[in-house]
Amino acid sequence: MSLSTGERPRTWPTAPAPGRRSRIRRVAADLAMGVRFAFTGGREGWTRAVLTAVGVGLGVALLLLTTALPHALGVRQEKEAARTDITFTGRWLPKADDTLVVANVGSDFRDDSIRGRALEPEGPRAPLPPGVERFPAKGEMVVSPALQELLESDSGALLRERLPDRIVGTIGESGLIGPAELAFYQGAEGLAPHIDSGRIVRIDGYGDPNATSERSDPVLLLLILVVFVVLLMPVVVFIAAAVRFGGERRDRRLAALRLVGSDSGMTRRIAAGEALAGAMLGLVFGAGFFLAGRRLAGTAEVFHISVFPSYLSPSPLLALLVAVAVPTAAVLVTLLALRGVVIEPLGVVRAGRPPRRRLWWRLLLPLAGLAMLYPMIGDGRDNGDFNQYLVAGGVVLLLVGVTALLPWIVETAVARLGAGGVAWQLAVRRLQMSSGTAARTVNGIAVAVAGAIALQMLFTGVEDDYTRSTGQDVAWAQVEVTLPNAVPVAPAAEKLRNTKGVNEVYDYSEGHLGDRARDPQAGTTVTVGGCSVLREIADLPSCADGDVFAVHGAERDTGVDVAKLAAPGRTLYLDPSYEGGPKSLEIPWTVPQDVKTANPRHALLAGTDRGGILITPKAVPDTLTPALQGHAYLRLDESVPDVHDRVRNTAAAVDPLANTVTWAQTERTGRFDAIRTALLVGAACVLALIGASLLVSQLEQLRERKKLLSALVAFGTRRRTLSLSLLWQTTIPITLGLLLATAVGLTLGTVLLKMTATTVRVDWSSVLAMTGIGAAVVLTVTLLGLPSLLRLTRPEGLRTE
Amino acid sequence: MSIGHTLLGLLESGPRHGYDLKRAFDEKFGHDRPLHYGQVYSTMSRLLRNGLVVVDGIEAGSGPERKRYAITDAGITDVQRWLATPEKPEPYLQSTLYTKVVLALLTHRDAADVLDTQRSEHLRSMRILTDRKRKGDLADQLICDHALFHLEADLRWLELTAARLDKLREAVTR
Amino acid sequence: MTPPAGSLLWAEQLRKAYGPTLALDGAEFSIHPGEVVAVMGPSGSGKSTLLHCLAGIVTPDAGTIMYGGRELSAMSDAERSALRRSEFGFVFQFGQLVPELTCVENVALPLRLNGSSRKEAERAALTWMERLEVDELRKKRPGEVSGGQGQRVAVARSLVTNPRVLFADEPTGALDSLNGERVMELLTDAARSTDAAVVLVTHEARVAAYSDREIVVRDGRSRDMERAV
Repeated sequence: MSLSTGERPRTWPTAPAPGRRSRIRRVAADLAMGVRFAFTGGREGWTRAVLTAVGVGLGVALLLLTTALPHALGVRQEKEAARTDITFTGRWLPKADDTLVVANVGSDFRDDSIRGRALEPEGPRAPLPPGVERFPAKGEMVVSPALQELLESDSGALLRERLPDRIVGTIGESGLIGPAELAFYQGAEGLAPHIDSGRIVRIDGYGDPNATSERSDPVLLLLILVVFVVLLMPVVVFIAAAVRFGGERRDRRLAALRLVGSDSGMTRRIAAGEALAGAMLGLVFGAGFFLAGRRLAGTAEVFHISVFPSYLSPSPLLALLVAVAVPTAAVLVTLLALRGVVIEPLGVVRAGRPPRRRLWWRLLLPLAGLAMLYPMIGDGRDNGDFNQYLVAGGVVLLLVGVTALLPWIVETAVARLGAGGVAWQLAVRRLQMSSGTAARTVNGIAVAVAGAIALQMLFTGVEDDYTRSTGQDVAWAQVEVTLPNAVPVAPAAEKLRNTKGVNEVYDYSEGHLGDRARDPQAGTTVTVGGCSVLREIADLPSCADGDVFAVHGAERDTGVDVAKLAAPGRTLYLDPSYEGGPKSLEIPWTVPQDVKTANPRHALLAGTDRGGILITPKAVPDTLTPALQGHAYLRLDESVPDVHDRVRNTAAAVDPLANTVTWAQTERTGRFDAIRTALLVGAACVLALIGASLLVSQLEQLRERKKLLSALVAFGTRRRTLSLSLLWQTTIPITLGLLLATAVGLTLGTVLLKMTATTVRVDWSSVLAMTGIGAAVVLTVTLLGLPSLLRLTRPEGLRTE
Repeated sequence: MSIGHTLLGLLESGPRHGYDLKRAFDEKFGHDRPLHYGQVYSTMSRLLRNGLVVVDGIEAGSGPERKRYAITDAGITDVQRWLATPEKPEPYLQSTLYTKVVLALLTHRDAADVLDTQRSEHLRSMRILTDRKRKGDLADQLICDHALFHLEADLRWLELTAARLDKLREAVTR
Repeated sequence: MTPPAGSLLWAEQLRKAYGPTLALDGAEFSIHPGEVVAVMGPSGSGKSTLLHCLAGIVTPDAGTIMYGGRELSAMSDAERSALRRSEFGFVFQFGQLVPELTCVENVALPLRLNGSSRKEAERAALTWMERLEVDELRKKRPGEVSGGQGQRVAVARSLVTNPRVLFADEPTGALDSLNGERVMELLTDAARSTDAAVVLVTHEARVAAYSDREIVVRDGRSRDMERAV
């Protein structure tokens, strides 16, 4: 029963002498230790590191994608320019062995437009379009992979009827602007007589010789700029939140380090090292997410725009900026967060009651933002040359102003909140104690919502502007079919009339009359059609087949004295030639003696009043036919499925060069709707991301209070009370945040609209939608936190062992 | 400490000669102070007289050392009563308590009972002292605290021993 | 078996396991009004679990707990919570005061949970704080007071509802001797003056000395020392 003392070592190990390393090496060592801490510490340590990295990674990926977008759109534009064939320059080329006649035979299928060209090489050196290996012969075509897929699918059967040519190859990537683009080149013959410098031209090369020197629309630029800033700001705020995941636990670990003798500078550096590690791993994750997202982007199509993954490469400078800025921001945010914290050896002390937040500098930020934007107010589209830096700076400052103002508002508001139930009291007191944390958690959401509201306003306002009425009366007709010259319109109209879903067809043909065969001094339009159609064009006193009318005083004929031109017996020339152009038909026509006078009518056809000379079919000599172009206006029964595509098919069957246009009351509406939907989706994604980080920090806070929660339940606190208090605790700051966001968003939106000189109108439904999404995120987070709360308040939490 | 109860307890495992008893006592409880044989002799005589032991047999030859003793029922009851009676809580009790615990282990009685009984007695004293302290002046408080701390130390020893009973049983019955 | 006459809280054959660990294995307990019973035993012996079972925080796997003629183990969670709010009081070792609330708000909390108005609750709270000599701390937050003061605030809170049973789990565990004794004196005096029973879990003999009687829990089994003698 004697105590065995065991062998005592003769000598005690001696501690190594304190190192005398240089300051830089010491700093590096501290940082390295922090990096090590980020990944050690068991499962929990790993979880935290990965969580941070995923958060930062998602942010980085989003950053990279947005910075890559301008490049992608640029590449699309370049490639579009490189294959441009029809330039509308009016330049006339003679036939040669290096020329090619190109006809625009593009079409629409359902909601997608199809780029189509008919090609007729006129010599062995005719230029091949990019991405095409050889010219297809007549009856053959080369198609884009997406079109091929569509044509071979069941849903493309209707389109296949219209494009029956044999597919002999696919268009390579160099000839397409996106993987989902629908495009084809078909072989053709006999195009030359139809050359009209509009839809059918002769070319000897591709590319636009006088490529857009046209100033790009400043309002669109502004829109794009604001979209970028608005999407990026919450991401930045989110990254700042992500590097603080696990902050409480880290503080405790740092306290333990203080206990074994590290000074406060060292602990700060170690913390910085940890943040650095998370951010670095986040960069790696981000690169991975980006590459994956790029792959995904190659298969997706947004607003009918698809891009090849290879286009989505961020500019190296921007990528470098991201790679440097993210870790730097991570370290700065960490150090900033530690500012109010004193890490003592025995624990973390939040520096007493922090000084009251001051308002003036917080107000300064948004005011400075407004000041930067103010000078541009009223510039509008016409003389607006918005300074990109001022715009970006102003918007950023205004949005950053949200993050600066919110803590002050939360603090001030919460300090005034008073009596209420126990749940309310618990929540309010907690918010009073740490209003900063509360504000921080909703900052990201507030910024996102503010930006989204402003953007929505801008979109709605600008949209009104961009969707001017086309003047087309869609109640009267929904589709217009234009036939190539010389194709008789009557049989075509008959075919169209027999197409399923077509209720009514108004057809006429028209041409141009000049007073001389060559280089005429005066000219006007000649319209050939039945009385019923002509009545839609002008006010006719009476009409019988065989009548000829001269319309006096039409807007279209301003500067032309139709009465003089259409003097009875005068010979006019249909399709006169012009100097420098090819010789055209120059068909003479004599004005009949019994020409009648008619008044113009703000006509339904083609939206403008038409003037000139109207001829009923019996009064038209056959000689005129080759110079007349047929038009047909169709009234459709829109309830018949695919009625538009059926009409297009019929038109294409009449003549492949027939052009079918669907009328719309307004233009662009669809596109803006898509952008708005995308914005909503994007905002929702950003908010979900932020919601995830909210959830993480909420769970962490709950774990921290496990003991207290158990004690509260022990002395009989209802779990309902605790849940309610949790809800209040998130609802109060989010309400304040959303109010502020709405205010800032509306202000920003108003200023932006004023800059574009657009009437300020608030789309309350979208404001509600945005704030609603923000509120939903917070409520969801709270609800997801509840199971954890209930688990933590189980009595087991009281056990100390 | 009661030598009589200890020797009685040792007899519970079977009759023994006087020298056997001395040797067993020295081995388990004597430590550095072996029992004088005279003490054994006089103690055994007293026990014999009180009917707690009987002479089980005398070996050939003569002299008291040849006597073999056996415990009676009355003797067993006496040991039981002794073990079950807590000692008056006083400082320096450990040798008696230790003897009691070991003896209980040796005789396959519940040693934890011995400890618990003692602990209860200690706590009773502590309660009285605490009560006096609460009603008394500073001097009373200081005096009571002194006693309380000592008793607390004993109590902690009791607790520690209770926690180590299994080890002790192994050691003494080896 | 039926509870002995006059007992307020009584339990027998309590069994409770946390996973594979048997925390209670046939424990028994009984307490009269106005009685202070110390529950002692080494760490991990199950004394806290016994307290949690008796207070209706945890339901035992087997056994009976009777409180005032009602079977505690048969009550719903809501009923037990209500009982804890109105008839029981609690003091723990630490981590029980809500850090955001001021001391007086902390003390008033149980009354507020019972539906009292804020004013009423805080007035009653202040009376108890005076009694425990911590009324000058009323505006302070728990983070700004010492451990002993905080514990006295906690005692005030446990008594503010005039509970019939006070459960104290190592109430002096984080305090030094002098502060610990002061807390014990105040706690037992207050409990005796209101005829509340006190279930006092402690491993310290000098704390247990404030009790009328003690039971020892060892390996999940309890021993009533009074009856053992």
